[in-house]
Amino acid sequence: MRRSRFPFIMTGLVLAFFYLPILILVVDSFNAARFGGAWRGFSLKWYGRLFHEPAIWEAARNTLVIALLVTFISLILGTTAALALHRFARSRLQRFHYTLVYTPLVVPEILMGISLLMAFVASGIELGMLTIILAHVSFCVSYVALVVLGRLQDFDYTIMEAAHDLGASGWTATRRVLLPMLAPGLAAAGLIAFTLSVDDFVITFFVAGPGATTLPIRVYSMIKHGATPLINALSTLLLALTFTTVFVSQRLSKSGALEGGQ
Amino acid sequence: MSSRSRRWQEVLLTTPSFLWLVVFFLVPTALVFILAFRPSDPFGGIGRGWTLGTIRALADPQYLAIAWRTLWVSFATTALCMLLALPTGYTLARASARRRQVLLMLIIVPFWTSFLIRVFAWKSILHPEGIIKKALVFLGAVDANASLLYNLGAVVLVTVYTFLPFAILPIYAAAEKFDYRLIEAARDLGARPFTAFRRVFIPGIRQGLVTAVLVVFIPALGSYVIPDIVGGPGSELLGNKIAQRVFVDRNLPLAGGLSIVLILAVLMPLLAVLALQRQGSRVAPRRGEERP
Repeated sequence: MRRSRFPFIMTGLVLAFFYLPILILVVDSFNAARFGGAWRGFSLKWYGRLFHEPAIWEAARNTLVIALLVTFISLILGTTAALALHRFARSRLQRFHYTLVYTPLVVPEILMGISLLMAFVASGIELGMLTIILAHVSFCVSYVALVVLGRLQDFDYTIMEAAHDLGASGWTATRRVLLPMLAPGLAAAGLIAFTLSVDDFVITFFVAGPGATTLPIRVYSMIKHGATPLINALSTLLLALTFTTVFVSQRLSKSGALEGGQ
Repeated sequence: MSSRSRRWQEVLLTTPSFLWLVVFFLVPTALVFILAFRPSDPFGGIGRGWTLGTIRALADPQYLAIAWRTLWVSFATTALCMLLALPTGYTLARASARRRQVLLMLIIVPFWTSFLIRVFAWKSILHPEGIIKKALVFLGAVDANASLLYNLGAVVLVTVYTFLPFAILPIYAAAEKFDYRLIEAARDLGARPFTAFRRVFIPGIRQGLVTAVLVVFIPALGSYVIPDIVGGPGSELLGNKIAQRVFVDRNLPLAGGLSIVLILAVLMPLLAVLALQRQGSRVAPRRGEERP
C-alpha cells in the first residue's frame, strides 16, 4: 500500500520552521549592517564589540557560578528523592512525595516566579544571587529526580544484594556499586539541571533583585533596548556552545542523555 | 534489613527533597492565596490587615478581557501545534531506525537552545527591516506599511514555535507504539485513508494527544516573555499583567490575585483530563467506535 507523502512533507516544513530563524540569526551576526535584512558584507566587528562589554561578562560569570551550585545541590536532592521514590514506592509518604516532585513540572514558570518572590519578600530575605540559587534548585530538583528515577527503574537490585552477600556494608555497596551504575543517569540529570539554570529567564527575573544579573536577564534588557547586532553575535556564541555540549554529551553517553529531557 | 532501619532509611532519603519542596514550592504557592487578601503598602511590600479590595479589583473589565484573550491565544496555539505535531510525530514513528534517530535529534536540539534567543530571532526576522517582511512585500502578500510584529498573530506564531517540540515528542511516543496493521485492516474493510486515520489512528494514540495538548496549553496560559517581546499593547496576556503589577507599580497583592486567576485557568484543563480519564476507564470505548 502506498503511504501518503503529506506527513513527510509536513515534517520537512516543520524542520525548516525550526531552523530558519536560528539560521538567519547566525548569518546576521556576521553582517556588517546595523540592522539585518540587507547584506552589507562579512564582518566580525560585532564579536569584537562583545569583548568590550564588561556587563555581559560579569553576567556570564554570575550565570556560571549559579548554574554550578544549582547543579550540585539539585543533584543531591534529586538523587535522594529518586532513591526514596524508587525503593519505597508503595508507601503512602512516597505517593505524596511524588506529587510534590511532579507538580512543579506542570506549573507555569511565571507562577513559580511570583510565589517565590512573595515568599522571599514576606520572609525578608534580600533578593540577589542567593534567592536565584534557591529558586533554580526548586525547579531543577524535579527534573533530576525524574531522570534518575527513570535510570533506577532499569537498575537490577540483585547486584546490590550480591554486594551485601560478599560483605559490603550498605554505604560501601552504594558507593562502589549503585553510584557507578547510576553515573550516566546522574550525568544526564546534571546536564539538564545546568542547562535549565543557565537558560532560565522568567523565574530569575522575578527573584533577582537589582544587584544580581544573569546572562538571560542581560540579553533581555539588550533586546528591550535594541542592541540587535550585539545580541546576534552573543546568541551565535551561545548556540555554538549549546550544540557542542549536546554533541559531546551524545558522544559520552550514546543513549539516554537526551531523552531525559522529557 | 529490619523494618525499623528501613523506615529510618526512608525518612533519611525523603527529608531533603521533601523539606525543600515544602519550603520553596508548597508554602510559596499557598502564600499567593493568602497575600491576595492583604493590602499593599506604599513601599511595594505587603501591608497589615485584611482586605477584599484585590478581589474586587479583579472584576475590572480590563482584566476580564485579558483573561479571555489569554484563553483564546492558548487555544489557537494548541490547535496549531497539534496540526503540525501530528504529521511530524507520525513520520518519526514510521521512519527507519537510522532516519528516526537523526530526525529526533533535529527536533530536540532547537529546544536545548536559549528560549530568549529563539524569541529574539523571531523579533528580528519579523522586524520591518527583516527578511520575512521584505519577502512578503516582494510577493505582494502584505502591504509595505503592514506590521508583522507587535500583534496577536506574532504572539501565536512564536508561541507555536516555542512549544511545538513538546507536542511532537508525546505524539511520537504514542505513534511509535501504535499497531499499524490496524490501519491496513481498516483499509481492507473499505475505509478511505483519511477515514482510517480519523477513526483508527487518532483514537489509538489518544493518550499521546492528551499529553501533547496539556504540555502546550498549560505553559501557553502562563506565557509572558513572548507577548512582551513580539506582542504589542493589544496583545497583552495574564502573564504580562502579573509582571506589570510586580515590576511597574509594585502591587504584590494584586499580582497575587491575578496569579490565582491563572492557577484556576491551569487547573481547569488538568481536572477536565482527570475527569475524562476516570470516565474512560469506567466505560472503555472500543477502538474506532464513534463516541457521542
